[in-house]
Amino acid sequence: MRIGLVCPYSLDTPGGVQSHVRDLAEALIGLGHYVSVLAPSEDEQGLPSYVVPTGRAIAVPYNGSVARVSFGPLVAARVRRWLRDGKFDVIHLHEPATPSISLLALWAAESPVVATFHTSQIRSRAMSASASILRPSLEKISGRIAVSEYARDTFVQHIGGEPVVIPNGVYVDRYANASARPDWRGDDGTLAFVGRLDEPRKGFALALGAFEKISAERPGVRLLVVGGGDIDRARASLPVSLREQVNFLGRASDEDKAAALKTADIYIAPNTGGESFGIVLVEGMAAGSTVLASNIAPFRRVLGDGKYGALFRSGDLDDLADQTLSLLGDQKRRAALNSEASLAVRRYDWSSVAARIVHVYETVTGQEVR
Amino acid sequence: MGWWYVAIAIVVLVVLGLWVTWTANRLDRMHHRIDVARASLATQLLRRSGTALELATSNALDPARSLLLVDSAHQARAAAVHDFESAESDLSEALRAVFADEDEVRSLGQNPDLAQLLEELAGDCRKVELARRFHNDVVVSARVLRSRRRVRWLRLAGRASELHSVDLDDEPPAALVAD
Repeated sequence: MRIGLVCPYSLDTPGGVQSHVRDLAEALIGLGHYVSVLAPSEDEQGLPSYVVPTGRAIAVPYNGSVARVSFGPLVAARVRRWLRDGKFDVIHLHEPATPSISLLALWAAESPVVATFHTSQIRSRAMSASASILRPSLEKISGRIAVSEYARDTFVQHIGGEPVVIPNGVYVDRYANASARPDWRGDDGTLAFVGRLDEPRKGFALALGAFEKISAERPGVRLLVVGGGDIDRARASLPVSLREQVNFLGRASDEDKAAALKTADIYIAPNTGGESFGIVLVEGMAAGSTVLASNIAPFRRVLGDGKYGALFRSGDLDDLADQTLSLLGDQKRRAALNSEASLAVRRYDWSSVAARIVHVYETVTGQEVR
Repeated sequence: MGWWYVAIAIVVLVVLGLWVTWTANRLDRMHHRIDVARASLATQLLRRSGTALELATSNALDPARSLLLVDSAHQARAAAVHDFESAESDLSEALRAVFADEDEVRSLGQNPDLAQLLEELAGDCRKVELARRFHNDVVVSARVLRSRRRVRWLRLAGRASELHSVDLDDEPPAALVAD
C-alpha cells in the first residue's frame, strides 16, 4: 500500500506527535508498505529518507502553547505537489485540527483520508468556536483514530462521531535489549521513577516519601529519577543522608530512560490520576523491571489487575513502601511477574499497533493487503 | 443611483449562489461517502460470516459449537435488509460464546491452518467494528448538514433517502483479538 503520513509539527523539535509519526512510519515500512512522511523541517540533511520536508516551521501560539507549524501559499503548493507525486492509496493525517500542513493536505486530498487525534486537553471555547470553521474539512475524513480514551472523549464532545481508539505503540525490543548501567545499581536494590518532578499527579513527592522509609530498612537501595523539573530544588528537599542514593537523570534521552528501566529491579509508578493509558508502564515491563503502580483504572488495565505487575493503593505512602520492600525481598514473585509481563507487552509493540492501523487503511480504501 | 442597487443585488445573488452550490457539493460528496462506507461495511460483514462458516466446517470445534456457528453465520448472510443488524449482532454474540475460552483459543492456534483462519476471523471482526463506526461518522456529519435551514428550505438533499446509522453489536471475542 502507498501511504502518505502528514505530521503538522516540526521534526526539528521533540514531541509526542512527532515521535509517534516517526515510529509509525518505521513500523509500516517494516510491514512492507511504501511510506512517505510530509513534515515541516528546517534542514534537509539528517532527516530519515522517507521524510519530505515542507520547509521552515514558524512558532505560533496555538491552543495554549507554542506550536512550530508551517503554512502559506508556498507550503500549500508543496503539499499539493507531494500529494500528486505520491499517488497515495491512503493519506494519514495527524492532528488535523492544527493550523498547519495536515489541514492543508486535508483540503487538497483526493484519496481516502484517515486522521489521528492526539490532544486531550483542548481548551473547549476555542475548539467550539473553531469547530464550525473546521467542520467542512473534517467531513472529508473517512476514518478517525484517537490515541487515548481522553482524546476520544474530547473529540466526541466537540465534533461528535465515533472515533476508534488505537493507543501509541512501544518498540518493545528497544527496551528489552537495552543495556543496563552497573554504575547506577544499588547494593540493596534499585528503584526507578519516571515523570516530571513538578507535576503533582505524577506522584514524585510520594515516591520520595516512600523511598525514605524504604532506605531505613535497606540502606544501600538506590533511586533513579528520570524526568524534567527543578532538580536542584528536589535534591535540596531530600534529607542530607539520602542525597547520595538518588540519581537525578533529568529529561533523559530514550536510551538513558531505557537503560534506567533496565537497571532497576522495580519501577514505581505512583501517579495519582490524569493518565489516559500509562505507556510508561509498558516500557518498564518491556525493559524487564517489575512494575509497582498505583491502582488507578488505566494502570489496572495495563497490568491485567495485578497479573503483570503489582498494585498499591493510590496515594498511600505506607502501602507503597511496604509493597516495595516485600517485592525487593521476594525474588521469586518478581521473576513470575516479569515473565508474565514480557509476554503481555507484545500486544503494545509497534508491529501489532501498526497492523491495527493498517486495518483502518483497508477499511477506508476497500483494499486488502495480505 | 439605481444602478448601484442592481449591482449590489447581483453581487449578493452570485455570492449566495456560490455558497449554496458549495453546500450542495459538500452534501453530495457526503452522500457518496455514505454509499462507499455502507458498501465497505457490507463487504466486511460478508467476509466475517464467510470465515465463521469456514471455521464451523473445519472440524476443529465440537459439533455443538459448529452447529451454532453455522446457524448464526447463515442467518447473518440470509438476513433481509431490515433485520441484518440483529442477525449480525447475533453472530457477534455466537462468536463470543464459541471463542470464550482464552486457553482453548490459544491451543487451537497451535495448528497452523487453524491459526491462519483464526487470525483472519480476528481481522474480520475488527474491520466490521471499524467499518460500522466510520459509516456512522459520515451519517452523523451528513445529518448535521441536512438539518441546516438552507439545506431544508432549498431541498438541497433532493430525493436522497433518509439517513440511518447502523446499530449493531460488533464487539469481537476478547480471546481472539487479545494480541
